[in-house]
Amino acid sequence: MTPEQIAETLKAEFDGAVVDAIMSGGHPSVVIAAERWHEVALFLRDDPRLRINFLRCISGIDWLERGEIEAVYDLQSLRPAGPGELWSGDNDVAVRVRVPREGGHIPSVADVWPAADWHERELYDMFGVVFDNHPDLRRILCPDDWVGHPLRKDYEHPLEYHGIPGTTEFGQKSPRH
Amino acid sequence: MSWIQNKFEEGLIVTSLDWALNWAKLNSIWPMTFGLACCAIEMMATGASRFDIDRFGAGAFRATPRQSDLMIVAGTVTYKMASRVRRLYHQMPDPKYVMAMGACTIGGGPYFKHGYHVVKGVDLVVPVDVYVPGCPPRPEALLEGLMRLQDKIRHQTIAKTPEVKAKEKVLTTA
Repeated sequence: MTPEQIAETLKAEFDGAVVDAIMSGGHPSVVIAAERWHEVALFLRDDPRLRINFLRCISGIDWLERGEIEAVYDLQSLRPAGPGELWSGDNDVAVRVRVPREGGHIPSVADVWPAADWHERELYDMFGVVFDNHPDLRRILCPDDWVGHPLRKDYEHPLEYHGIPGTTEFGQKSPRH
Repeated sequence: MSWIQNKFEEGLIVTSLDWALNWAKLNSIWPMTFGLACCAIEMMATGASRFDIDRFGAGAFRATPRQSDLMIVAGTVTYKMASRVRRLYHQMPDPKYVMAMGACTIGGGPYFKHGYHVVKGVDLVVPVDVYVPGCPPRPEALLEGLMRLQDKIRHQTIAKTPEVKAKEKVLTTA
C-alpha cells in the first residue's frame, strides 16, 4: 500500500485519530492524535492488509516556536515477496505524534513493537517526553542524575558535573584532581 | 611518583642504579587495554604488526589496571565515563602515567563548543603526562608520544632533587 492509501485506511478506521496527512516530500507521514496512538499502532501491526511489523526508528523534533515536541515513528512491513524469496520492505509510512513541550504524554508502543522500548527511553532522555505504560522509563544515554534534556532547543550546558568543570568558554577553570 | 623516587643522597652508586632502574622502567611500559572511541582504532593499529608498539616494550596491553603502568586515554571522555576513568587511574599501581591521545582528550576537540556531555580535556579528571594531538593521531604520533614518555622516565632519579631537599630543610627547621 502507498502512504496515501494507508492514510485513507486509517481515516476510515479511526474517526478523528488522523490529525493530518503530509504526503509531499520524501518522507510521507500521518499525524496521529496522541491519545489514539496506541490503538492505531495495534491496528497497523495486526491488520492483514498492512502487517507493519518493523519499527525502524523513533526520532524527536523540538518545535520551540509552536511549543510542541513531535515523535516520528518510521514504520515498515517486512516479509518475503513469495515462498523462498528474499525479504523486502513494504507499506513504508511514518507516523508523527505531537504533544506539548511541557508535560507531554505519549502512550508507549513498546508492547506493540519491542524495538520501541529503548527508542522511547532515548526520546525521554533527550526531549523529556513521558511515555505512559512504558515498562522501564529511565534515561538511557545520560547518567541518571543528569539535569535537563539535552536535545531541547532551550537546553543549557552544565557548568559543573561531579566536580568536573564543564564550560563552553575559553577561560577554562584550573584542573582539579 | 614511585616509593623509591627522590629518596637518596646523590653519589656514584645512585647514578648507576638510576640508569638501571630507568632502563628497566622505560622499556616495559605496559599500557592498559582501554579504548573509548575512534582513537582506540589507531591505538590497536599501533599495537598490531605494521607499527608494532612492542618494539618499545609497550606491547603488553594488560586487561586490568592493577598490572598496567600507562593509561592511554584513547577517545572522547564523557561526564558519565569520567568517574570510571578516575577510578581506573586510582586502581593503577605507582609509578603510573597517563597519555591523552587525540583532540577530544586534550581539550574536548570537536565537542568543545556544542558537546554538552564531553569533558573538556581529560586533564580535568586525571593528571596527564603526555599529550598526543591529532584527530585521531596516526600510529607514528602515538609512538612519538611513547618516546616522549620514555624521555620523561629517563630523567627520573632516586636521588633527592633540590626541591625535595628544600622541603626537608623547611620541615627540620620548623
